[in-house]
Amino acid sequence: MKKQTKIILTLIALPLIALLLFLSQELLNSYYSRIITLIGIYGIMAVSLTLVNGISGVFSLGHAGFIALGAYTSALLTLSPEQKEMTFLIEKLVWPLNSIQIPFFWATIIAGLVAAVFAFLIGWPSLRLTGDYFAIATLGFSEIIRIFALNLNSITNGALGLKALPDHTNVWWAWGWLLVTVACVLSLAYSSFGRALRAIREDRVAAQAMGINVFKHQLMAFVLGGFFAGISGSLYGHWLSTIDPRTNTFGILLTFNILIMIVLGGLGSITGAIIGGALFAFLSEWLRFLEGPINLLGFKIMGISGMRMLVFSGLFVIIMIFWPRGLMGRSEFSWDGLVSVFKRRYKR
Amino acid sequence: MDPKTLLQNFVNGLSLGSLYALIAIGYTMVYGILRLINFAHGDIFMMAVYFALFFVTLAQLPWYLAAILAIACAALLGFTVDRIAYKPIRNAPRISALITAIGVSFFLESLAVVVFSGIPRSFRTIFPQSLNEMIIIGGEMEVKYGREVIVGGIRFPVISLITLIVAAIALVFLWWFIFRTKVGMAMRAVSLDIQTTSLMGVNVDRVIGMTFALGSALAGIGGILWAIRYPQVWPYMGFIPGMKAFVAAVFGGIGSVPGAVLGGLILGITEVMMVGIMPAAAGYRDAFAFFILIIVLSIKPSGLLGRPEIVKV
Repeated sequence: MKKQTKIILTLIALPLIALLLFLSQELLNSYYSRIITLIGIYGIMAVSLTLVNGISGVFSLGHAGFIALGAYTSALLTLSPEQKEMTFLIEKLVWPLNSIQIPFFWATIIAGLVAAVFAFLIGWPSLRLTGDYFAIATLGFSEIIRIFALNLNSITNGALGLKALPDHTNVWWAWGWLLVTVACVLSLAYSSFGRALRAIREDRVAAQAMGINVFKHQLMAFVLGGFFAGISGSLYGHWLSTIDPRTNTFGILLTFNILIMIVLGGLGSITGAIIGGALFAFLSEWLRFLEGPINLLGFKIMGISGMRMLVFSGLFVIIMIFWPRGLMGRSEFSWDGLVSVFKRRYKR
Repeated sequence: MDPKTLLQNFVNGLSLGSLYALIAIGYTMVYGILRLINFAHGDIFMMAVYFALFFVTLAQLPWYLAAILAIACAALLGFTVDRIAYKPIRNAPRISALITAIGVSFFLESLAVVVFSGIPRSFRTIFPQSLNEMIIIGGEMEVKYGREVIVGGIRFPVISLITLIVAAIALVFLWWFIFRTKVGMAMRAVSLDIQTTSLMGVNVDRVIGMTFALGSALAGIGGILWAIRYPQVWPYMGFIPGMKAFVAAVFGGIGSVPGAVLGGLILGITEVMMVGIMPAAAGYRDAFAFFILIIVLSIKPSGLLGRPEIVKV
């Protein structure tokens, strides 16, 4: 296929997706349109973690920490001063934050930047480690972030969390940011920078011997992953409309959920990450029947809460053992690939 | 801090540290053999506590029998987890093994939520009440205003002393097992070189299974002692102690059993001392272990007693 045709096809496909999203907003009820928004948010989380874990060959378990940072930052910037006055019961909010309110877009950008700064500060010492040590160090940092959120009463409102966040996140914000994220990560992954990252992933020592600065490349990927995690955190916080540091919403469970998405989609594939995010959002809603009462052949079974998580974690282990490539492996969506799939189907 | 409080804190820290040590040994032994961080270790710790709880409440067994059975069940669980989840991916890249371990950890946690429900349960009535009483050495009691008791001597809970004794017995047994039995010798051989050992006619899979069982049994002992000390049982109780024990294992040098014990004791004592010196920082005590981890990893990643890992090209 010619390059021009591909560009034209892409230019047709993007408005088509936008049209579908618009129709879903108009035709479906608010429950479904919330799920479609959530798919966009999960997509950003999964793609940003793919950049770190799938492409650059370091394994981070600290994504939830950056998401929490983003959620807190943007929430503190979009809440109105009166609301902050009402929410901060234990201690007053510190000075510059208690009197400012800025638009959602800028709050999201700042959330991303704050998360990126923290990713830099965390990545600098921990990227000297490799493999599982790095995983544990980042997990430790994300726990530290959560513990600080729980204890810094004058900034995060401690255990009470933040409530009544303005309902800013809609389909357009979520999917718009997803588009930005995918565009950035894709163009990065297929530049010389991305090739260097993949070289490091395949063989760290050999890449080093070829003159690739492993530390610098991995740090940049980590910081960029942190930036988009912060963005997704801002969107997620305004989607949930509450931030509660006590529960596992922004803890290790969130990192684990994103890990399920990218492993399901295929570790290392950006397309796979989006598909994985969509599947996860869809499955976790669809499997809700497991937690409600079930009528099985006349027997009434009481719903058991926690069933969905059991199914997901079981599925996760089974995928890792029997099907470690996931849905997409490391391949990406391409128009050529799509055409060849159709060709194979019609030849038979 | 006056010397009396210092000594009290020291004993408490020592007993907390010996709990960390018991859990850390499981991490360090598995890592020494498979180079795998067994994320599920903290959840085996949690399961052991639930087993003990249910042997006492549902099966109506006396507490000592329930404890022994729970420890045996924990060992069996560790063995099963290895057989089902880790054995099929033994030759996969290390990162896949790590991801699987995370999955197993969450599987056990959600299993506990489904089977035992996510509501925290009390462990207080299960074991003899006398374990939670205070030992007072030296000094006399003064009674003021009716019920308020002021004690002159050094005081710490009975459980602290019992933890120390049980941990010491377990460690002596472990030492005997690793250095004086044939299976222990095989374990040491496997941790040195897995392929050569299998060429020498050792059934490597069985040895690895034994390692998991042994580590899980120690985690089970630690879990029951932990639950007597902090008598709240819930499905996510294994995460923080598990992570701290892992920090202890890394601190002492992962792969080294004496290192895990040393790391556990140091971590326990410093943690209790920190809270004792700065009570205002008590909320941050869980973060403290991670700070230690990050400092250790950036200064001396091989830990106190570990050997540095060499990458051969």
